[in-house]
Amino acid sequence: MAELLQFVSSGLTVGAIYALVGLGFTLIYKASDIINFAQGEFVMLGGMMTVFVAMADVPLPVAALIAAIVTAGVGLALHRFAIEPARGASPVVLIMITIGASIFLRGIAQIVFDKRFHSLPPLFGSDPIQFGGAAILPQSLAVLGGAAFIVILLWLFIERTLLGKAVIATSANRLAARLIGIDTRQIVDFSFVVSAVIGAIAGILITPIALTSYDVGTLLALKGFAAAMLGGIGSAPGAVVGGLLLGMIEAMTAGYLSSNYKDAVAFLIILIVLIAIPQGLFGRAKIERV
Amino acid sequence: MSLRALLDNRLMPAIAIAAIVIILPLFFPSAYYYRIGALVFIFALAVVGLNLLMGFAGQVSLGHAGFMGIGAYSVAIGPVAFGAPSWLCLFAGAILSGTVAFAVGRPILRLKGHYLAVATLGFGLLVAIVLTNEAGWTGGPDGMSVPKLALFEWRVRGSDAWYWIAGTTFVVGFVLALNLMDSPTGRALHAIHDSEIAARVLGIDVARKKLTVFVISATYASVAGSYLALFNGHITPDSAGFLRSIELVAMVVLGGMGSIVGSLVGAAVLVVLPQVLTTFHEYEQALLGLIVMGFMIFLRQGIVPSIAAVFARWRK
Amino acid sequence: MMVLEANGLSISFGGVRAIDDVSIAIASGQVFSIIGPNGSGKTTLFNLVSGIYLPNDGNIRLAGETVTGLAPEQLARRGLSRTFQNLQIFSRMTVLENVMVGRHRHERTGIMADLLHWPSVPRQNRATRDAARAALARAGLAGEDDRPAGSLAYGALKRLEIARALASEPKLLLLDEPAAGCNPVETQDIDRIIRAIVKDGITVVLVEHDMRLVMNISDRIHVLASGRTLTEGTPDQVRSDPAVIQAYLGVHGSQEAVRAFD
Ligand SMILES: Nc1ncnc2c1ncn2[C@@H]1O[C@H](COP(=O)(O)OP(=O)(O)O)[C@@H](O)[C@H]1O
Ligand SMILES: [Mg+2]
Repeated sequence: MAELLQFVSSGLTVGAIYALVGLGFTLIYKASDIINFAQGEFVMLGGMMTVFVAMADVPLPVAALIAAIVTAGVGLALHRFAIEPARGASPVVLIMITIGASIFLRGIAQIVFDKRFHSLPPLFGSDPIQFGGAAILPQSLAVLGGAAFIVILLWLFIERTLLGKAVIATSANRLAARLIGIDTRQIVDFSFVVSAVIGAIAGILITPIALTSYDVGTLLALKGFAAAMLGGIGSAPGAVVGGLLLGMIEAMTAGYLSSNYKDAVAFLIILIVLIAIPQGLFGRAKIERV
Repeated sequence: MSLRALLDNRLMPAIAIAAIVIILPLFFPSAYYYRIGALVFIFALAVVGLNLLMGFAGQVSLGHAGFMGIGAYSVAIGPVAFGAPSWLCLFAGAILSGTVAFAVGRPILRLKGHYLAVATLGFGLLVAIVLTNEAGWTGGPDGMSVPKLALFEWRVRGSDAWYWIAGTTFVVGFVLALNLMDSPTGRALHAIHDSEIAARVLGIDVARKKLTVFVISATYASVAGSYLALFNGHITPDSAGFLRSIELVAMVVLGGMGSIVGSLVGAAVLVVLPQVLTTFHEYEQALLGLIVMGFMIFLRQGIVPSIAAVFARWRK
Repeated sequence: MMVLEANGLSISFGGVRAIDDVSIAIASGQVFSIIGPNGSGKTTLFNLVSGIYLPNDGNIRLAGETVTGLAPEQLARRGLSRTFQNLQIFSRMTVLENVMVGRHRHERTGIMADLLHWPSVPRQNRATRDAARAALARAGLAGEDDRPAGSLAYGALKRLEIARALASEPKLLLLDEPAAGCNPVETQDIDRIIRAIVKDGITVVLVEHDMRLVMNISDRIHVLASGRTLTEGTPDQVRSDPAVIQAYLGVHGSQEAVRAFD
């Protein structure tokens, strides 16, 4: 029982990060139909930049804030200078651009930062909390709390603000949104910025537990993408559930079967789910009207 | 045959490529160039196959390196574990890849767009994970060495020998792809790309055609993977990994989706570019990323179709 | 002998009954039209009959044989073909290639022959090309062979779909609004093309809003409203049916009704 609890806690922690990355994918996809494979680099930038700014004797919260702001700028620049000029290109070409961007960002990161692994001090100390026989890191709670906070904030924003409604309108029908006077380009700008910030926060939260380096982005992008697809593309609740599920499956496999095969089992389950439900858990089946 | 008839020949691109394969070495100052040439043709072979799937049938695969991996480890494990000759292992690997593609493709090719992308990605990762973890067979993450190819009494070594083998195989693969395009199967694949519903209404068994091209493209990738392993003499699970799959897709898109000549160009660019960029040391990756972005932004149809379009406009 | 029979067909989308207990029987050699206001279920009926949607209820028989639940490609092999209201052109291919795809069910070479370009393949390609050209001519599109299909005008694309369907040599052809967006001259062309098709022994099911065309060409007319059968009869019977006029007036506005039934 204690063992199970331990696995659940670590599964949820990792899953929360996947969920945040998946949310980043979802938000940009909703606003622009683009799958942004540079999403993982936002996570890397958030963590690495906090580490390096903090090294310059800047207080940690300030360092984190700077990292989030700079990452937001990177997100905006990605849209303005790489995506926007290729407007109208095919989806595969746009994906390749974001992959090019992620190679570029990784390349820059290894020059500006370095190629070593780094960590951050945990937010609330490192003494594990004993709970039902399991030892839970305070930082795990910080990750979960932070993720929940972001999800709620995003939900409130989408549901309660005019800008949020504009995002929904844009994702439902771009042309109609433009006709009623929504600046859809600004909406996409905005989605890139928010996704970048969400990614950066995920990076800052997870670094005390999982370490970071210039090349952690690829795997995270992969997992976040998988999470978003498992949940059903374009579905925010789907991304969150998909992320948490993915994290749990990995933790359970690692705990009870073999940690070598945790990714294998996770993707096997994703394959099975998609074969059974081709539009993902929360996605809507798209029927082409002919 | 008159010049006119020659130029209009269906196989003209293949003849031109064959000529390039033969003439190019005249300008090679060192064995290093043979090595690069061999690598270009090996990758181009895999890319032609992937292009049949992506560019013609419009089905994404983010896991094609998995099939390269199967081909690669076939020629590594077969001779060591079973004492089978390398060339036989190469064929066995191709058959294995085709069989795996058939088994995996049946369920997942029903998925569309990004869902197919994530499913193929998952497949590729599964292959890479198995290769990493079954160290008893594969040598684990460090990989294993691959016995040299022996054809009868001839032990193939040296970049120039591999240049000729890879070049010839590429031309054969290229011709087969051209053949396919000029056939009912090719037209059906092309049709599926634009409208599956219309294709079905015209009697095309879409699921079967997709599966067919998936198996064919897996076979191409497998042969290329075997060649790469035999040529390098060493392989690691990375040769089946996600980044390799992405590299293959990048070659297809960069050269031009649906352009078979583009497959060669895309492979050439992405094989040669990193070699050139090593002179920039730590800036290598950043530059590579920038160049990929630049190509995709400014030549979004891919290199070959973009150039062809410019020519067409210019002739008018 | 009925070419097509459908009995008690129904399908719902999220609670909306798009087709509700509709039955039709179409005799060989007829032009059978289906009319009704927008959203009354005409296209959905085509999608059911051509195997794109699976009915929740009811059955479909093609030349007497039950085909309910068969896939579109299986129905195609039994001689059913159709065009689409929302065009489904192979826009990356040329005009001729589009129609060549229509010959698919008559092509026999296997994958190995295709890969190796066996002599049977070029021979067959020539036959396919000739048949495709003939089909293009029947749809009034001769001489456009090598144009990219995407570059044709809307009216020509409608005819390209007809040519493509004809190339498959159907016994039963479903046309979904072939004259939509056509000017009067082009509509005349469509009229002529349909008459020629019927003369060649192909049964035509027509969905069309141009009432003049429908009234002129149809042997029987089936009227749908909100997914249900309103009435069926000859053009004269339908024209004078008060319920039909009511349906059109109620849902569709007077203008069309007046134009339709003058
Ligand atoms: N795939 C689908 N999903 C949801 N609703 C559909 C679908 N196809 C048709 N409908 C609905 O069925 C009804 C009939 O549509 P349709 O057959 O296109 O009408 P018509 O062709 O007569 O104009 C409409 O209310 C339409 O919204
Ligand atoms: Mg309709």
